[in-house]
Order: sequence, then structure tokens, then C-alpha cells
Amino acid sequence: MPVAKSVGARIKRREDPRLIQGLATYVDDLQLPGMCYVAFVRSPHAHAKIQSIDTSAASALDGVVSVVTGADVNPDVGGVPCAATDFPNVQVPEHPVLAEDKVRFVGEPLAAVVAVDRYVAQDAVDLVEVDYDPLEAVSDAEAALEPGSVKLYDHFDSNQAFTWDLEGGDVDAGLKEADRVISQRFIHQRLAPNPIEPRGVAADFNAGDEQLTLWSSTQIPHILRTQVALMIGLNENRVRVIAPEVGGGFGCKLNVYAEEAVLGHLAKKLERPVKWMESRRENFLHTIHGRDQLGDVEIGMKNDGTITTLKYNVVADVGSYFQLLTPAIPTLTGLMLCGCYQIRNVSMHLRAAFTNKMSTDAYRGAGRPEATYIVERIVDCVADELGLDPLEVRRKNFIVKDSFPYETGTGLSYDSGDYTIALDKALKNADYEGLRKKQAELRDEGRYLGIGLSTYAEICGMGPSAAMPAGGWESGTVRVDPTGKVTVLTGIKPHGQGQETTFAQLIADGLGVDVDDVKIVHGDTDSVQYGTGTFGSRGTAVGGTAMIMAMEKVKKKVKKFAAHMLEANIDDIELEDDRYVVKGNPERGVSLADVSGHAHRGIDMPEDTEPGLAESHFFEPSNFTYPFGTHIAVVEVDKDTGEVDIQRYVAVDDVGNIINPMIVEGQIHGGIVQGLGQALYEEVIYDESGQVLTGTFMDYTMPKAHFFPRFELDNTVTPTPVNPMGVKGVGEAGTIGSTPAIVNAVIDALKPFGVRHIDMPLRPEKLWRLMNGGESS
Amino acid sequence: MIPGTFDYHAPKTLKKAVSLLNEHEDAKILAGGHSLIPLMKLRFAAPAVVIDIGRVSGISRIRISDGHIQIGALTTHHTIGSNARLRRVCPVLPETANEIGDLQVRNRGTLGGSVVHADPAADWPAAMMALRASFEVAGPSGTREVSASDFFVDMMTTTIGDGEILSQIRIPEPPAGSGSAYAKMHQSASGFAITGVAAQLTLDESGNVSAAGVGVTGVAPIAYTASAVEDALVGKAPDEGAIAAAAALAADGVQDANEDHHASGEYRMHLATVLASRALASAAERAKS
Ligand SMILES: Cc1cc2nc3c(=O)[nH]c(=O)nc-3n(C[C@H](O)[C@H](O)[C@H](O)COP(=O)(O)OP(=O)(O)OC[C@H]3O[C@@H](n4cnc5c(N)ncnc54)[C@H](O)[C@@H]3O)c2cc1C
Repeated sequence: MPVAKSVGARIKRREDPRLIQGLATYVDDLQLPGMCYVAFVRSPHAHAKIQSIDTSAASALDGVVSVVTGADVNPDVGGVPCAATDFPNVQVPEHPVLAEDKVRFVGEPLAAVVAVDRYVAQDAVDLVEVDYDPLEAVSDAEAALEPGSVKLYDHFDSNQAFTWDLEGGDVDAGLKEADRVISQRFIHQRLAPNPIEPRGVAADFNAGDEQLTLWSSTQIPHILRTQVALMIGLNENRVRVIAPEVGGGFGCKLNVYAEEAVLGHLAKKLERPVKWMESRRENFLHTIHGRDQLGDVEIGMKNDGTITTLKYNVVADVGSYFQLLTPAIPTLTGLMLCGCYQIRNVSMHLRAAFTNKMSTDAYRGAGRPEATYIVERIVDCVADELGLDPLEVRRKNFIVKDSFPYETGTGLSYDSGDYTIALDKALKNADYEGLRKKQAELRDEGRYLGIGLSTYAEICGMGPSAAMPAGGWESGTVRVDPTGKVTVLTGIKPHGQGQETTFAQLIADGLGVDVDDVKIVHGDTDSVQYGTGTFGSRGTAVGGTAMIMAMEKVKKKVKKFAAHMLEANIDDIELEDDRYVVKGNPERGVSLADVSGHAHRGIDMPEDTEPGLAESHFFEPSNFTYPFGTHIAVVEVDKDTGEVDIQRYVAVDDVGNIINPMIVEGQIHGGIVQGLGQALYEEVIYDESGQVLTGTFMDYTMPKAHFFPRFELDNTVTPTPVNPMGVKGVGEAGTIGSTPAIVNAVIDALKPFGVRHIDMPLRPEKLWRLMNGGESS
Repeated sequence: MIPGTFDYHAPKTLKKAVSLLNEHEDAKILAGGHSLIPLMKLRFAAPAVVIDIGRVSGISRIRISDGHIQIGALTTHHTIGSNARLRRVCPVLPETANEIGDLQVRNRGTLGGSVVHADPAADWPAAMMALRASFEVAGPSGTREVSASDFFVDMMTTTIGDGEILSQIRIPEPPAGSGSAYAKMHQSASGFAITGVAAQLTLDESGNVSAAGVGVTGVAPIAYTASAVEDALVGKAPDEGAIAAAAALAADGVQDANEDHHASGEYRMHLATVLASRALASAAERAKS
């Protein structure tokens, strides 16, 4: 075996220099000759009939090239697609790219202006006169499901979008068997993903080649190509999607949006390049939101802390239309409801409601943070009910190390895990005993320290195609140039995850080249073979594996050539550092460049061997992967103001084998911050009339670096058997683990006030009230 | 996020700025731009003419003389926050400055812009009330002086007329034996004050309070002087008990307190009492040292 030089090293991200120096190319950096700018007319009403649209003043404005409405565009452009509509009682709304007779949420696009620059386009938007007949709106999901509620779709029976049920074991038997049963309502508030780069699309149609090029800030260039081609009626091979540098996505760019098809259509129709950059305000209104479930949990328990049953009865607010994966997201909550516990009897009854809000869809964690929040809050509730340490309830119910692969009550098969070692390490790093002692001392002084645990498990490496709405495999191609430099074409679309570095590390070790001699190409459907994309912590676990498999094919061929060139037996060829040598005779060897030069010369070939050196692989994973870990938050809550001071944050994550610790830490840092954002600060608020109260960064709290202490990170390593690298995925772990840790900590701090639960976000005023004789929720 | 069309002027003198302002209909002064430009980007404000006073000389200096601290309207938060002399003479000023926004905001935003904008959650108005500041306003027919208590009229409204420019802010130099401080709770998204209390105490030789100034922002539509707190302290030793008793009056008489999803009116009024006691405690501490 070659000595691993790169894998495991803290190599600095190779993508950073261009990002830091402003040398990266985002959609907004594209300038094409004759380019026009598009701006959208969007509904200021949450629910209204469109009586008429008068575009004459806008069209007459100097510099305006075209103004189009739904009536102009919808006959030629198909609706916004949804890939997951196979649900009981589903009612699938039509979702035109531009609203035609009715608008159903604030920000819904209904006309588009094309102009010579962004300023004129925006001026023209202000000149489009829309006559609305405002209707009553419904922004509360439970209210929307009440009989008699105003309906979003006249031809539907109700606002119920679909239902979904899951049952494992026998929940009623579990309730009977229980010594005690408690129930608790949990609210997972609506969040805005807020990548630093909003969405953006540019499109250029070359009539001569009959070729549309669409640049979009997307996580899924290939799926987008298929869908946009279908929507605007071009052959798929006539559409090239390029996802240039993408400034974050967090799931909100794992989608197909109206603007992408409208821009493609306009470029084709006008035969002029067009561009649209989403403003932050548009991003708040018309980029998918995450979470938004509210549900009641019933938990049965034995007096020793064993959880016998978990029943979740939930309403998911899907907003007004289905985006690409909208209905699928809350089902992931159901699948992960058992967390890392042996809960044999488990059920979820889901009703999804249409409301006059933007659609919900995948946001970092996508359905699993809800599950983890529920189950990690529940173990604390059980501990509280029984007067036990939450730690003991966790230990009591943990899935034990030697039961993997473990079949959960929800039908999943957990690949590998050792929840106790991560917990023990975190307890030790945090000095749990010492913290509890300090807590008791401070309480005597009237100070309120809280310690919160979260022992999470989550699904990564999405996923087996059978379990995915649109294919779960991934592709990779590895090409060696005649000079021995390596190019990888991957079907994933990294947008902050660092695979240009980690993939290069894997190839460097695998083929015996320098990291800097490896180039990772992604995000251009004309260069890269079809792929699925980046989401669900799948990039390395699935995309990396496809690449590794392709690389192994290349390596086999390299060895064949090396054996031929060195006149040795192929089984005697081994890679030693950067040379392929004959076993026991290391001075006889060739480099990858030697081999590749030979393979491309095309003469003196080994028998039955094609010239060239490039291989592809399409990898279908056999299972998901299941990372886990323990997060411990230590907070102090100020009784006078209710402010939360996060004093320490200790995390031990197990994401399987680690390719680059620095990148893993970066992913965990960002993840923790996003999870704490939900716990403490973030919430998209729609008022009763469906207006957004949090449509700017002055109102919607993004967590900032100075809100947090230095995170104390550590890890354990339990490789997965699902892929040859043993990597599990790390993109979402921090977000999933951190939310309940901090909420548990705050509730723990407020225990002396009889507090059992508080809904997120934990705003200071809420806490102040609870600590000063107010209502407990 | 795309402003409408506007004309732009950048005069070099205050006089020229005033005359430009009076020549044009629908003109707006641009100082640091950190309140005006966000509004223009959302098209909530769409002035036809923008008069940038960034190059006007003589209105961005801090001077302490003749018993007054004089700060030009164009002085940035950062300049005030990093002024060593002010830190000694009147610590509440740099303390307030340094609680504003982030470094970028402090580098651009100005004291004058903040007070003229009169956001109910802005930090500066609390100190202006506590310190009994007065404002020099230049108009087409000369200058006039307005006291802080007359300056703020309502939410986002001051006595400044359409054709006037704020040029200087004057604060009486605190006498020996004075100490001042600012205590604030940040609104988590914007960084503005949910509530902020500025306090200045002057102690006599026996250590009793001879003068007190307390200003509160964030609670009511405009910042106010908490005179009940001031009155309760004058003549007393500023010990824990006296401060607590006085601070409890910090929201006395407030009607229609501000309310939004970040904080209710009741909570803001409560915070006024907590923050008043914190600001007074450090002001007393500083007055003693
Ligand atoms: C992200 C962010 C965070 C912020 N956080 C805080 C905070 O924590 N606390 C806080 O108090 N503020 C905060 N601010 C506001 C900031 O302090 C602004 O700088 C200040 O409110 C306005 O000052 P300016 O110089 O930028 O004024 P401008 O935006 O240039 O002008 C504001 C208004 O005042 C008028 N004006 C300005 N100067 C004069 C003058 N000399 N005479 C007459 N009219 C004038 C303008 O016409 C305009 O109407 C924040 C701003 C941002 C963008």
C-alpha cells in the first residue's frame, strides 16, 4: 500500500485564494455583449386575484426591451416542477412560472421586465400597473386546515396538500406498556437559508448552434438542465447549464425556480443574453424557506427511563406551491425520529398544509433537524419527568455498539456507530461533573447556568436511488493527460464544501501525483457527465466514491502499462510514493507521466488495451451513512434581561474517516452556528395577512461570529462500511446536533423556575418572562 | 436593492450645501449614508437630488474648549469612539459610539446623521439627552441653536427643516467629579438598541450626587430624559440602594412604548430600569475615581 501523504492532512483549501482575491466568477460577474437585465414584478399581496396587468407605461420607458406577463410566457413555458408528489391524498397545484389569475404569496412573480440595465429594469417594474383584488389570506398552517378556512385553490377540497403516515412497532402497545406518558408540543419555526450569494441566472441563446447556455447559482446543474429543457421545450442536448462559483446554497439552490426557466425562455425569444440577480429582499420572499412544522409528541416511558413509544402528530406548512422536493422534506423527519435510541414503537402522522407563504423545501439538514430536535428534547423531558440526569436517560436508550447494522423502528438500517464513546469523550472534554457542581453553586448565588446535551445521529450520503425522488447515484471521471496531470470530472457541485481540495488529496495519494497536479471540474453540463449534485451531505460519500472507483479503473490500467513497460508481472507492480515500481526492486519504476505519455502515444501497447487514460464510474450507494456525535452547550441566562450567554460549546463528532480535518472543522463550525441561529435568533415571521415582517437583515437575525465562544471540537472515528473510504459526510452534522444542545441548556438553566419547555427562537424577552413569574409555554 | 435615479452634488462648504439644499425640490443630505442609502436601495426613499456633505470642511472635528465639547455633525462614530480625550472627559460618548453597529458602520456613520435620522432605536439620542446637548442648525437665514429636548419631535422626525443642515453638536463639559456611561441591549439582527440608557453623574465633595443626567432610547418613539431618575438621585450618595430605587423610575410616564417582534413595550420599559441601574453604577464608579 502506498503511504498516505495527503489524506488526513490539514491542507489549506485550494479554492480559497481565488475567493479571497476576488478572482472567482459568480453569475453576477458575467458580462456578455448586448446583455440585458431582467427584473420581476412581484406580488405585494399574500392572496389576491389579478384583475388586469397594464404594461404599457413600462414598455414605453426608454431602455426597456420587453415586458412579459404570465399570459405571454405560460403557453410556452411549463410549470415549476416537483419531483416528489407520490403521497396519499396529494393535491398537486399547478405552478406557473408567472402567476396569471391569482397570486398566493408575497413575492410571487407575475411579470418580467427586460431592459438595458438593472436600473431601468427596476424603474420599469415600478411602472407596471397591476390591478389586484385582495383576498383574505391564511398564514397559519393549523388554521389553514380548519374547515371553513379560506382556500388557496378553489378547485381543491381543502388546504390539505397531502398526508403521510409511518408506523414502526406498535405505538399503542408501547403506550400501554409505559409507566408514564407525557406529551409535548414542538414548533420548528420557519427559517430563511440566506446563502451569502443570493440566486442569480444568466442565459444566452445562440440561434446558429441552436444552443442555450444557462448560468445559474445552483447545487444541481444536471437536474436543472433536464428540467429547464423540458420546461422551455428544447432538446436537453441543446441546453448547457453552468453553475459557476456558487456562494453557498444550504439546500435553497437544490431546486428549480421560475426565474431559471423564464430567463432561458427570454434569451431564446429575444436572442439576447439576459441576466437576473436576486436581491436580498427577493431572496427572503421567493427563495425556499426551511423547517416550519408544528406537532405534538406523545412519549411513553418506563420508570427506569426506557422510552417505550414515540408518537408524532404533525402539521407541516408547505407554503403555497410545491417546489422541487417540498413534500419529501417532512418525511425525512419521520425516518429519523428514533435518533440514536432503541425506540421500537414509533409513529408519525403528517398533514401538510398550503398557506399563503413561500414554499418550504430543503434547508441544511432538511427534515432531520426537526427529528433530532424532537428526540433530543424528549430525552430531556423524560429525564425531567422522572427526576433523572438527562445523561442517564440517553445511556439507557442508546443503540448499543454491537447491534450495527441496526434496523430502526422507522425502517432505516444504521450503518455503524458507537454513541457511547462520543458521549464519554464530550463529557470528559466539557468536565460534565465539574459543570454540574458549578451549576449548583451558582444557583445558590441566584445565577442560572444551564448545561445541554445533544447526542445526535443523522442521515448522510444521500442516497440509494430507491429512497430518493430523482436518483441518488453519483458520477465521476478521472482523466490523465499525456503529461501526467490529472483532471477529475465530478457530478457533484461543490459550493463551499471544499471538494476541490479533498478530492485532489484522494487522487494525489491514489495515483501518486502532487495535489497541485489534480484539477477538479464540476458544474458544467457540457464538460461533466450527468450527475446528481451536492446536497444531503453526499458530495464525498457518494460523489467521492464514484471518483475513487473511476480512479481505481485508471490505476488498474496504469499498472498494466507499467508492467508492460517494465517487463514485469502486473501483480508485482506497486505504487511507492510517486512511482510505480516492481515489488522488491524499487529502482525499476515509472511515474504516472511516463505511463500516460506511453498510453497516449498509442504504440507498443499491452495486449487487449485501448490507448488513452480516462475512466468513468457511476456509483450507486447501497445505503445512507449515519454520522453521530455529542454536543454540549453551557449557557448562563441573565435573570434581569433574559439574555443568553453561551459560555462554552463542546462538540465531539463522528463523521467516519476524515480526509482533511481543517475542512471538517470548518463544516462543523458553520453548521453549529446555523443550528444555534435557529435555537436563539432566526425566524421568518409572516403576519396574519401574510406579510413578511422579517424581510431584511435589519429584522431577520443572522448569527454573527461575535455571538459565540470558541468552539471546542473533537472527534471519534467510526468508519462506514457503505463506501470504500469509510467517510460518512459532515455537511449538516453541526446544524443538526447544535439546535437541541442549546435549547436543552437554556431550559436546564431555567429549571429552578419550573420551566419544562420553551419554543424557539429563545428570544431574551421570552426567557425574562419565564424567570420572572411569566407563563411557561 | 436598486435605487431610483437622482442627481448628485458634493459641495465643499456648508454655505454652498445649504444653498443647494434650498435650490432643489426633493433634495436630501447625504452624510455617512448608512441610514439613507439602505432606504434608497429599497426605494422607500427616492430623493431627486442627493447633496453629499462628505467634503464640507469644518464639520467633522471634535473640540473641547470654553467649557464645551463641540463635535461636528459629520464626525464619524469611529472618530468619537477612538478619541482618547473624550474617553477621559466624557466616557459615555466613546462608549456609545463603540456600541453602534459594526466597524464598517462606525467608519461611515456620523453623529449628525444619526440624530437627524432620529430612529427610535438609535443609540446617540440617549447620550444627547443625558448630556443636555444642543444642536447648531444652519439654514438659509443663518444658524440657530436647539436643545436636545426640543430637537427630537417624533419617530424619525426632528425640528430640522427641509432647508436646514445640522452643523455642530455642543455638550457642556462635565465638571470635575463627573462620570458617565452607556448600557445597551442590542437588537440581535440590526445591532441597534432595543433599549439603551446613558447616564452622567456629578458628585460633590462629600460624595453625594450634585447633578444627574439620564437619557433613554429605544423605549419610546423618541429618546427621553428620565427626570424622575435624576431627581431621585440628586443629593444622595450613589450607593446600590439609591441607584436601584432611582433606576426603577426609568420608564416612568412612558405611554405607547415601542413594540415589535424583538421586544414588547413592557419588556423595553423593564429593560430601561435594568440598564439605568447598570449605567448609573458605572457612572458613579467613574465619578469616584
Ligand atoms: C448595518 C447597520 C447597523 C447599524 N447599527 C446601528 C446601531 O447599532 N446603533 C445606531 O444608533 N445606529 C446604527 N446604524 C445607523 C448608523 O449609525 C447610521 O450611520 C446613522 O443612523 C446615520 O448616519 P449617517 O451619517 O450614515 O447618515 P445618512 O444615512 O447619510 O443620513 C441619514 C439621514 O439624516 C440626514 N442627514 C444626515 N446628516 C445631516 C446633517 N448634517 N444635517 C441634516 N440632515 C442630515 C440625511 O438626509 C438622511 O435623511 C446602523 C446602520 C447600519 C447600516
